[in-house]
Amino acid sequence: MIEFNQVFKRYPSGYDALKNVSFSVETGEMIFLTGHSGAGKSTLLKLIALMERPSRGQAVVNQKNLARVYRWQIPYFRRALGIVFQDYKLLHDRTVFDNVALPLVVTGVPHRDIGKRVRAALDKVGLLDKERASPVTLSGGEQQRVSIARAVVGKPTLLLADEPTGNLDAELSEEILDLFLDFHHHGVTVVIATHDTHLISRARKRVLQLDHGELARDTGART
Amino acid sequence: MKRLLAYFARHAQALIGSIGALTRTPLASIMTIAVIGITLALPAAMIVAIDNVMQLSSGWEGPGRISLYLKRSVGDASAQKLADQLRRRKDVAKVDYISREQAFAEFKKQSGFGEALETLERNPLPTVLVIHPASTGETQTLEALEHDLKKIDDVELVQLDLDWVRRLHAWLGVIERAVVIGAGLLALAVLLIVGNTIRLAVLSRRDEIEVSKLVGATDSFIRRPFLYSGLVQGFLGALLAWLLVQTSLWLLAGPVQELANLYGSGFNLGGLDSGGSVSLLSAGALLGWLGARMAVGRHLRAIEPQ
Repeated sequence: MIEFNQVFKRYPSGYDALKNVSFSVETGEMIFLTGHSGAGKSTLLKLIALMERPSRGQAVVNQKNLARVYRWQIPYFRRALGIVFQDYKLLHDRTVFDNVALPLVVTGVPHRDIGKRVRAALDKVGLLDKERASPVTLSGGEQQRVSIARAVVGKPTLLLADEPTGNLDAELSEEILDLFLDFHHHGVTVVIATHDTHLISRARKRVLQLDHGELARDTGART
Repeated sequence: MKRLLAYFARHAQALIGSIGALTRTPLASIMTIAVIGITLALPAAMIVAIDNVMQLSSGWEGPGRISLYLKRSVGDASAQKLADQLRRRKDVAKVDYISREQAFAEFKKQSGFGEALETLERNPLPTVLVIHPASTGETQTLEALEHDLKKIDDVELVQLDLDWVRRLHAWLGVIERAVVIGAGLLALAVLLIVGNTIRLAVLSRRDEIEVSKLVGATDSFIRRPFLYSGLVQGFLGALLAWLLVQTSLWLLAGPVQELANLYGSGFNLGGLDSGGSVSLLSAGALLGWLGARMAVGRHLRAIEPQ
């Protein structure tokens, strides 16, 4: 699913965010990216989602060589991805339902299918009764669950999460983790960037540790 | 077929959505539309005004007159003979004979130089034949007649009294060109007005654009509502311009009619015809779309997910 080969990322400021990173992730695998802040976790996720381009090296995601995905192809590439952020990135001028429906609307899913799929996604994260609510009225944990529903409503094959529990307490974090584990069990490849060691030890999955942009440790798959 | 329907459905959705967005900020929308309306009304009104002057002056060219100034050496008898000769021509309706004495008397009376002229040793004025052409005022036949008259030996100078009409038309040509240039500048102004409005709309929906890009929205999908918004604003602005022009003409129609009656003319103030109206409305819509396109193209690229 993901194959990085000697990937470097240098920002225009001259900062080296990633240095010679090589690893691969199988389809259906679940991995954690960890490391101190500024170690390059977010940069790695941004490269996978084509929010940034590698400076050097080869990166293949979902059988696509990222260097050959042109700007106009990026939207179609991203439709196979679900992305979850620490700050949820929900739109506050519309309801929970409309937030979750957004990926389906932009990809031109017929109107009659949208309702069904949005409710299925909201049911999955346990917020079916909140579809008419505005995101601002929800708690942090609920907002993150809405953003997860939005990430999975398009049935992605790869789910990326950048510090998904960064703003949540331990109990809520575990609920979120359970959701990701559930998607993993349904065959979705899951990559979670976090420095929440409690979460990592509880999940007992493969961990890639970054240190100053270099891959410091790869535990390999754990079952 | 299904895809085509889906395509139209998406566009209809974007159109309705953009009208909805305009009604959500009514004051700002009305201001923008008003500015576009006034900007478009100016050139439209100028064009209508020129059309009316053209129409009015086309009636004036009719029975132009030609003044024939004879050489001073030509005596009364031969002048009379020339006048009779000209009267027999088919393209001449009437010839007025103004003798040197008549001309001198008239000049003395009208110029106010009466006493001064008395001191002149002899009458400096020539005999004049004023020719009324028979034709209905085709400039070409008049010019042919003028050409013939110039060839007569006894004639000193031929003056076609059409000159001032021609000058008027030349002036109208200049003004028309100026209006075209002005209209171009004002069209540019509309582009900038719409561009600026759309730029602000794009910036205010930054989050939405960013998230849409993250979940796989194409540029054309994101662009569409803004383009329709520009199109709708341009169209509504043009509609306002149309109303402004037609209302102004309606207000002017009465006094103009009165003025025309006093001159014994059947002139009627003309407004924007259906062709002109369609041009105005489509120009507005096109300018709105174009302005939006320019603004969105530039700003959309700048907004990328972080």
